[in-house]
Amino acid sequence: MSCGPRRDGECLAQIKEIEERTHVSNQKTATIVRVEPTIEKETRSEEELDLPWQVVVHNDPVNLMSYVTMVFQRVFGYPREKAERHMLEVHQNGRSILWSGMREPAELYVQQLHGYLLLATLEKTC
Amino acid sequence: MEIRRRKNQIEISELDPFLAELLRQIPASANPDGAPAAEQRLFSPPTTGKDAEICAEWKLYVEPELRRLFQSATETVAGDLEQLNGNEKTLANHTLRIPAKHADAWLSALNQARLVITAKNNFTENELNDHFRSPIGSRRDLSLFQVNFYGFLQEFILRELDS
Repeated sequence: MSCGPRRDGECLAQIKEIEERTHVSNQKTATIVRVEPTIEKETRSEEELDLPWQVVVHNDPVNLMSYVTMVFQRVFGYPREKAERHMLEVHQNGRSILWSGMREPAELYVQQLHGYLLLATLEKTC
Repeated sequence: MEIRRRKNQIEISELDPFLAELLRQIPASANPDGAPAAEQRLFSPPTTGKDAEICAEWKLYVEPELRRLFQSATETVAGDLEQLNGNEKTLANHTLRIPAKHADAWLSALNQARLVITAKNNFTENELNDHFRSPIGSRRDLSLFQVNFYGFLQEFILRELDS
């Protein structure tokens, strides 16, 4: 590591000064009572963050079947057959899991589906 | 009424005054103001549970975006519908030409209108599937006809997009 352009000996003196300051500082801190940080509220554990999220589409009687198929093709890039399978699952079972993975892209998919006025939700995998 | 694709346009011709008026009603019908059920349907929650954090973020960041998106679609449709203005009183048939590039805006506006009308009237699934209900004897019947007519237009636009 370079300490920049200085005259001979100046750099060494600066290092020495820093070392002395650090030493003094270390001696001082030895007398201070160390306080352990307390976690008041844990919002999300690592385990929770790792759990995959699901994008679920729910049945509604208004949206046309052909429209829902088109939306699945556009949003998820699914081929027509796969999009139709999901559409029929929504129609017959009331819901279908369209995608699962990380929370951020899942949220984006739900946002896009809402933009097409579909009833879509984000659910955490159990 | 005839509906066909002509080059880069979808042409709806032989529109009688009644159907022309129903088309003019699309932007107003898509407005959920004053109907909490309709508002709730257009801006549905992003989770089924009670995840307050996600719902709060959604209201703050996503809903305004969705509002802009829906409004932009209805404005495009309102612009196209200006072709029908000016001779509302005459009994002559009308022709409406929709640029193909506006197809997505029409799909959205028609969908918004169908959802809002359904929510306002609290139509059941059975009523919505009853396509042979006639004649129109009440305001409710008229609203149901409107939902089905808009659905028919959506089907046609989707077929055109598909082909």
